[in-house]
Amino acid sequence: MINVSKLGKKFGDLAVLKEINFEVAKGEIVVIIGPSGTGKSTLLRCLNYLETPTTGIITIGPASIDAVDHKAKDVTALRKQSSFVFQNYSLFANKTALQNVAESLITVWKVPKQQALSTAETILVKVGLAEKLNAYPSQLSGGQQQRVGIARAMAAKGEVILFDEPTSALDPEWVDEVLAVMKQLAFEKQTMIVVTHEMQFAKEVADRVIFMEDGYIVEQGTPQQIFSNPENERTKAFVKRALKQH
Amino acid sequence: MQSSFDLQYIIELMPILLKYLGVTMEMALWGFLFALILALGLALVRVFKIAFIQHLASLYISFFRGTPLLVQLFLLYYGFPQFMPIFVGMDAFTAAIIGLSLHFSAYMAESIRAAILGIDKSQMEACLSIGMTRLQAMKRVILPQASRVATPSLMNYFIDMIKSTSLAFTLGVAEIMAKAQMEASSSFKFFESFLAVAVIYWVVVIFFTRIQHLLEYRLNKAY
Ligand SMILES: Nc1ncnc2c1ncn2[C@@H]1O[C@H](COP(=O)(O)OP(=O)(O)OP(=O)(O)O)[C@@H](O)[C@H]1O
Ligand SMILES: [Mg+2]
Repeated sequence: MINVSKLGKKFGDLAVLKEINFEVAKGEIVVIIGPSGTGKSTLLRCLNYLETPTTGIITIGPASIDAVDHKAKDVTALRKQSSFVFQNYSLFANKTALQNVAESLITVWKVPKQQALSTAETILVKVGLAEKLNAYPSQLSGGQQQRVGIARAMAAKGEVILFDEPTSALDPEWVDEVLAVMKQLAFEKQTMIVVTHEMQFAKEVADRVIFMEDGYIVEQGTPQQIFSNPENERTKAFVKRALKQH
Repeated sequence: MQSSFDLQYIIELMPILLKYLGVTMEMALWGFLFALILALGLALVRVFKIAFIQHLASLYISFFRGTPLLVQLFLLYYGFPQFMPIFVGMDAFTAAIIGLSLHFSAYMAESIRAAILGIDKSQMEACLSIGMTRLQAMKRVILPQASRVATPSLMNYFIDMIKSTSLAFTLGVAEIMAKAQMEASSSFKFFESFLAVAVIYWVVVIFFTRIQHLLEYRLNKAY
């Protein structure tokens, strides 16, 4: 359902992504791990065209886009197929939790307002925020904000939700409630690509783990393969260090 | 020649002048409304870096900030009709409103642009990530936030505009300053006449400064 082919991204002379190829099936949970600065965020951002790739073709569901030959219209079409959960939540500061979640339905999908708000409410109830529908982001804890962020991504009707270190900015006390929501989504077979340093989450939830280093996909496989039986030396070294920290 | 201060004259002059405050406020309000629309357009052209037009916008802003309002008003009202016939029938009141809005839009565009650029980039990204277009993002998320940032300085420009309407008397608009000038030259009580008009401007500005503070308080409470 998702196909990434020969994806490359340079910032000036700095090649951050070098020929990335991978596929993701519908309902699959893919976790991307790797050292800092290896291009994990850049990869996710390219999938959403928040960053314009230098080369490569990205296909998500019915939308497909070639980095070197596309129109603004194609970019919007691709973006509709995915949604993004940001490390720093990035909720719309001028909108309540409910309005944040309903926004894509109203503006992008032209759902009648009442219906959009009621859908948004259902989703917020599901992530445990029934009490906070009318709160502004500034009135919410980090964990609550991130759950609104996930709810907003869920409402956007995309094929896949992209998570960029959704728990890294959180105080430790809020991490579990956010991971719980993500596990629930995984249980419901929501297609997701998650960049995270939460190795336990990767082990428990991922269908597939991708290890990235230096702009390449070094190795990928089931959590079992990557964490217990990695083939590549660099994967081995990274996994060993990462697991020790937890 | 020295004469004694005539308070009685000021008290009698006040109601006469106040009849013309309406014209002054009308110029300020219309001028501000048009300036706001123009400024928003200019700011968006510059923020979105729309090819070619953005350079025209920069030129426009540079010119209207770089020359005195009085010169702009004269150019518009006395200069343009000489070679652009559509300006011939223009009355002084209209010319003053056009001149004020052109002039202030240049300043206001810059403060709106600064407010837009001051909104964290992540807000735009969040909009794009759920499939909104840049224009939708502007309308629904960025401008509402930027307007809160820009309101204090836009209100300052409004207050400035109220005072600047006094220049319209040089075009022959019968506003409060013109009336004070007329009264002064017939009574020879220049000090009293201009003091009276100063007090009126001052009270009006104090009134709108209060409104400005209330507005800022409300906006800060919003979210
Ligand atoms: N907008 C940009 N301009 C220039 N260089 C950038 C930009 N964004 C990222 N980079 C560089 O690209 C490289 C990869 O960055 P990226 O954020 O994708 O890494 P990451 O794997 O997500 O790291 P982390 O685990 O620390 O989040 C880094 O060297 C970074 O400095
Ligand atoms: Mg990152």
